[in-house]
Amino acid sequence: MDYIPNIIFAIILFAGIGFFAKNIKKLARNIKLGKAADTSDNKSQRWNNMFRIALGQTKMVVRPIPGILHIIVYLGFIIINIEVLEIIIDGLFGTHRIFAFLGGFYSFLIGSFEILALLVIVAVVIFWIRRNLIKVRRFLNPEMKGWPKKDGNLILYIELILMILFLTMNAADYQLQQMNVAHYTKAGAFPVSQFIAPMFQEMSVSSVIGIERSAWWLHIVGILMFLNYLYYSKHLHILLAFPNTYFGKLRPKGQFDNLEAVTKEVKLMMDPTADPFAAPDGNATVPEKFGASDVMDLKWVQLLNAYTCTECGRCTSECPANQTGKKLSPRKIMMDTRDRLEEVGKNIDANKGEFVADGKQLLGDYITHEELWACTSCNACVEACPVSIDPLSIIMDMRQYLVMEQSAAPSDLNNMMGNIENNGAPWPFNQMDRLNWSKES
Amino acid sequence: MENELRVPTMAELFAAGQQPEVLFWVGCAGSFDDRAKKITKAFVKILNKANVSFAVLGTEESCTGDPAKRAGNEFLFQMQAVTNIEVLNAYAVKKVVTACPHCFNTIKNEYPGLGGNYEVVHHTQFLKQLLDEGRISMEGGKFKGKRITFHDPCYLGRANNVYEAPRDLIRKLDAELVEMKNCKKRGLCCGAGGAQMFKEPEKGSKDINIERTEQALDIKPEIIAAGCPFCNTMLTDGVKNKEKEATVAVMDIAELIASAEDL
Ligand code: HEM
Ligand code: SF4
Ligand code: SF4
Repeated sequence: MDYIPNIIFAIILFAGIGFFAKNIKKLARNIKLGKAADTSDNKSQRWNNMFRIALGQTKMVVRPIPGILHIIVYLGFIIINIEVLEIIIDGLFGTHRIFAFLGGFYSFLIGSFEILALLVIVAVVIFWIRRNLIKVRRFLNPEMKGWPKKDGNLILYIELILMILFLTMNAADYQLQQMNVAHYTKAGAFPVSQFIAPMFQEMSVSSVIGIERSAWWLHIVGILMFLNYLYYSKHLHILLAFPNTYFGKLRPKGQFDNLEAVTKEVKLMMDPTADPFAAPDGNATVPEKFGASDVMDLKWVQLLNAYTCTECGRCTSECPANQTGKKLSPRKIMMDTRDRLEEVGKNIDANKGEFVADGKQLLGDYITHEELWACTSCNACVEACPVSIDPLSIIMDMRQYLVMEQSAAPSDLNNMMGNIENNGAPWPFNQMDRLNWSKES
Repeated sequence: MENELRVPTMAELFAAGQQPEVLFWVGCAGSFDDRAKKITKAFVKILNKANVSFAVLGTEESCTGDPAKRAGNEFLFQMQAVTNIEVLNAYAVKKVVTACPHCFNTIKNEYPGLGGNYEVVHHTQFLKQLLDEGRISMEGGKFKGKRITFHDPCYLGRANNVYEAPRDLIRKLDAELVEMKNCKKRGLCCGAGGAQMFKEPEKGSKDINIERTEQALDIKPEIIAAGCPFCNTMLTDGVKNKEKEATVAVMDIAELIASAEDL
């Protein structure tokens, strides 16, 4: 019955990956609820952005302390996960340290994993201190209460535990190698865990094997759990940061989309030959809704943005409205969009694939008018985001809905727009007086 | 003695069969706002001095639609845009210069999609070019050693990545260019963008222009230089609020240069 652990391992592995795949499918479906966006342009620029911003972490280091700490966690985590490959092979085939034949190179690999693991532990502890003891301001805004705060800490605990398990596993292995226990081939270098190994010196071989096996199992099960936790967490960014930076806005930040549906109507209105009473052409569909009041009205890139958000709050801490005590927080805009999208997704799951109106929407139930009208469209949030998220585009789309569908602009703005309509200027001056300045001394 | 401004209109030049080198887009603030009109005139004085062949649209100019678009009224924006584009295209305009970053951004980025394709420059870029070509000299040393800080307009800086032209001009004045805590990519908004200029701010602990003015006053400048009529108004109000108007002036880059040249 030697192969029972292999079977159990295979079941856990495939269940873990299977569940994850299911969540990814749901994720993709939810993102596709958004409207079309053309992102087929400038492929090389897009790849370039992904390499620089996500892989290269260039915008993280704008704030050097969290930036460098993050690079440690990021690199550490990716590189240490090469070890997971070996773990999976060992687990499936009952081998032990299958790559040991690489000899000196193997020792180098394991040695560097250990050092990285130690660095990750240090970085994660500092991250925790920043969140819980130093209380860095951007982690304390109202939208961070409850789950987001817990999520932030939970991730740090999980990473800490995984690293400790990894080192414990190596330490026990190293001890067993020293004891010349069969199956535990002498392989690898253990620059960190050799200092943990002495703790096991007094123990019997079977207890040390017990520790080694437990750590090994917990480590891989932990990784699978972590993988499945992503979907429910801001930690989804470790995957989505890559596509999100690829699909990020390329045009100048000041350039907002021109609504095509409006262009059509404006052309019609300006065209003196158009017959206003002509029957709409055959393929005219239901009049499009202008702007966005719910997640389905947003483009899919904006929904991808919402799932990618790391909730770091760099956007909010640069936001002039937020800095001066207004309710607007660009991070909250992203978190609200994600929460509402999840709610819509659950609704679809519960109703056999159809969305059934639930009397709620993003506008009003999540994001208030007050928040939307506080934005100066300054792009500070867009500039600050290390993963190329554009909270401003969502704010603008919702303003369009408020103004064009509901005529719900603040009265001052209605006056301003009335003036533009009547006199071609936001103030009540006569267009015929436009050149008067040239005659005044 | 102040010379009379020479401000040809496109209509006049067109009637005379002439085409100017560049169209000066004055903008609503530049046309109507008392403070901004001074910037317009300063810029025209420089254009006159450098013998730049330019014209304005005058009464044929209308709001670019920027405040309507940022307020969410895409209809009104596109109506304005299409009307303006018709006029600009009728005069076969190739190049546009404007002293307003909002007009600059809108015409440069949002008009092409609606049929308006022009080379668009901000007046600080244009002035820098005149300087590089030796068409203006900027001697006089009136601002020599003065502490000047530059407030980046959002729609010039972050929105369009123009950070250096205005700074090069300030350096050229032999002034001491000092930077605020938030500058360039991380510049703090004056509070006027996104149609905020035309409404009361939402409830908060402070007005944005006060926050920005405080950042400026922190580095003790003699002059806060601006490149946008709206920023100018916001910061002027901020300086007044702090009762510093006797010691700290808010001036547009064009005003600095016109003043340096004793125009
Ligand atoms: C395997 C890959 C990654 C891991 C393990 C990882 C891990 C983490 C952890 C643990 C945090 C929380 C830090 C805290 O508590 O404050 C974090 C935050 C963050 N991560 Fe990642 N990350 C990964 C990939 C990426 C990538 C590719 C990007 C893209 C640039 C990215 C961007 C961010 C950002 C912007 C934050 C917020 C940091 C801040 O507070 O400023 N991450 N990440
Ligand atoms: S664009 Fe709006 S939300 Fe973003 S930082 Fe500026 S004011 Fe805040
Ligand atoms: S939008 Fe970007 S900057 Fe803002 S919290 Fe999310 S990841 Fe951070």
